[in-house]
Amino acid sequence: MPAFILSRLLQAIPVLLVVGFIAYAMFAFVGDPVQIMLGQDYTEVQRQALIHDLGLDQPFFVQYAKFMWRAVQGEFGISYRLARPVSGLIAERLPATLELSVTATVLSLAVGLPMGVYTAVYRRSWLARGFMVFSLAGISLPTFLTGILLILCFSVGLGWLPSFGRGEVVHIGAWWTTGFLTLSGIKALILPAITLGLFQMTLIMRLVRAEMLEVLRTDYIKFARARGLTDRSIKFGHALRNTMVPVITIVGLQLGMIVAFSLVTETVFQWPGMGLLFIQSVGVADIPVMSAYLLLIAVVFVVINLVVDLLYYAVDPRLRIERSSAQAGR
Amino acid sequence: MALLDVQNLTVEFPTRRGVLRALDGVSFSIEAGEVLGVVGESGAGKSLTGAAIIGLLEPPGRIAGGRILLEGSRIDDLSQSQLRRIRGRRIGAIFQDPLTTLNPLYSIGRQLIETIRTHLKLSEADARKRAVRWLEEVGIPAAAQRIDAYPHEFSGGQRQRVVIALALCAEPALVIADEPTTALDVSIQAQIIALLKRLARDHGTSVMLITHDMGVIAETADRVAVMYAGRIAEIGPVAEIVRTPAHPYTLGLMGSIPSIEHRVERLAQIDGAMPRLTAIPQGCAFNPRCPRVFARCRIERPDLLPAGATEAACWLHDATIRPLRAAHG
Repeated sequence: MPAFILSRLLQAIPVLLVVGFIAYAMFAFVGDPVQIMLGQDYTEVQRQALIHDLGLDQPFFVQYAKFMWRAVQGEFGISYRLARPVSGLIAERLPATLELSVTATVLSLAVGLPMGVYTAVYRRSWLARGFMVFSLAGISLPTFLTGILLILCFSVGLGWLPSFGRGEVVHIGAWWTTGFLTLSGIKALILPAITLGLFQMTLIMRLVRAEMLEVLRTDYIKFARARGLTDRSIKFGHALRNTMVPVITIVGLQLGMIVAFSLVTETVFQWPGMGLLFIQSVGVADIPVMSAYLLLIAVVFVVINLVVDLLYYAVDPRLRIERSSAQAGR
Repeated sequence: MALLDVQNLTVEFPTRRGVLRALDGVSFSIEAGEVLGVVGESGAGKSLTGAAIIGLLEPPGRIAGGRILLEGSRIDDLSQSQLRRIRGRRIGAIFQDPLTTLNPLYSIGRQLIETIRTHLKLSEADARKRAVRWLEEVGIPAAAQRIDAYPHEFSGGQRQRVVIALALCAEPALVIADEPTTALDVSIQAQIIALLKRLARDHGTSVMLITHDMGVIAETADRVAVMYAGRIAEIGPVAEIVRTPAHPYTLGLMGSIPSIEHRVERLAQIDGAMPRLTAIPQGCAFNPRCPRVFARCRIERPDLLPAGATEAACWLHDATIRPLRAAHG
């Protein structure tokens, strides 16, 4: 098991190097940071000094190696726009994005999974049909539109929930801030979380439904019926567990998507997270922030993939055997 | 009283183009401790008969007529929850492909224990002991250790042994074995059949053995039912069916079995193919392929008629009006 985790982590290194390369390449090819930082009036001496300070006069691969080396240490340079260290900016924004993503994920799983099972098991009921229609809407509405509609309905129309921001936050430790502990924080979280989670929720529901229907047709379910096992055990034990195997992969990847693409939701709700930071940085070609964001998202995906693999390991005994026999050097 | 008595069973599938009759007036019985072989081509309705008995017809298939009696009481009109208590406990089932009939994510012990505890009031520990005993009985070596193994850790033949243990672990009076050896290696087939025979004898279990392998039937069954196009063509003791088949279809079936004693250039085959459910001919379903067909076969459908030691659904055996053999000799 530790060997398995280690091999997975080693596999992640080339991935991160490549993503780092792309992130770094942006420095060379997107905009001219020197121009941006100097503004309108500058002398040639100032320009040369800044190029030297930023290390832009060195060969490309040296710059790349330095960039990666600093990145490993959590150093991503200084934001062109805000003239502050990128690592600090990210650390400030990270809790907001993570809280939003986790809430959206929990919401999409907690609602999507039971709905998927229900629509598969009671395929012909009216409620199941209603869920299917609803899921069609959820899967086809673009995120920004859902967000705007929710704002229109619950903020503008009913005035129940705030339309932007994170509400009051409480500081925990040196750099974590949470909105979970205040009423305004929780209220502010509801609409963005629904907006961000809706697509995933309907996707999970449809996926679970399709997989479950597939599993319910298999021979081992028929054989379980022929042995007289209870309906409950067949559907929620035998069938559901087999349904989870493919669902875990998709859900895992989707979680990465939630973190990576929270930027649309964050823009709509002016949520002070990394996505909003990224969008604002794109506008002024703030490359250090953009490249740090890119790398961070790559790390998120690597971690999620590792977790997915570990979950597989827990759910599917067939994988355990292949691995241990492979290790035995058969 | 027979253990299982199937009377005039009719199974229909409503489709957009009308109702398909997949089983049409099937009647037979199985005595306690008896092995009934059911043979026929693919699509003759063998498996469907088994599924109808245990109440597991795939929708939209439904029992449209007839009765099924288990130890004298009807089971075809029971609710699903009542049927559930019968399945596994009074009627077990063995399926064709052991590679797909076991849940890959649960250990075989867990599947056995769950089945046992569903039907019998036993503690977890007692159920486990019973599960180990059954694994030993079906010939799984080192059963006490292997009980926690997962299905993929067993070979195909061993998995079928586990399937048999699962089907029998609550001691049903009847087990429906639907092509239990078809998916297995030829060398394993004989072992599995021998095992099934031995277990049936030891536990007094009746077996409905569905197969298209006449060799398996000849070796295992006490009686045979030959099915054709959703009907029983002939039913009787295995020796008579093999030696002196009364129905021309059975005769053709026997003729197509290769024999070791007599070398033949070409195996006999029955011309044509079994009709589709949408196009079952009037009269006897076999009449377009029958070498001994005569006018009546094309008009009137024969019921099972006594034909020597067996019963055959064939007008050749109509005792009241004997057809003139010369007319179609």
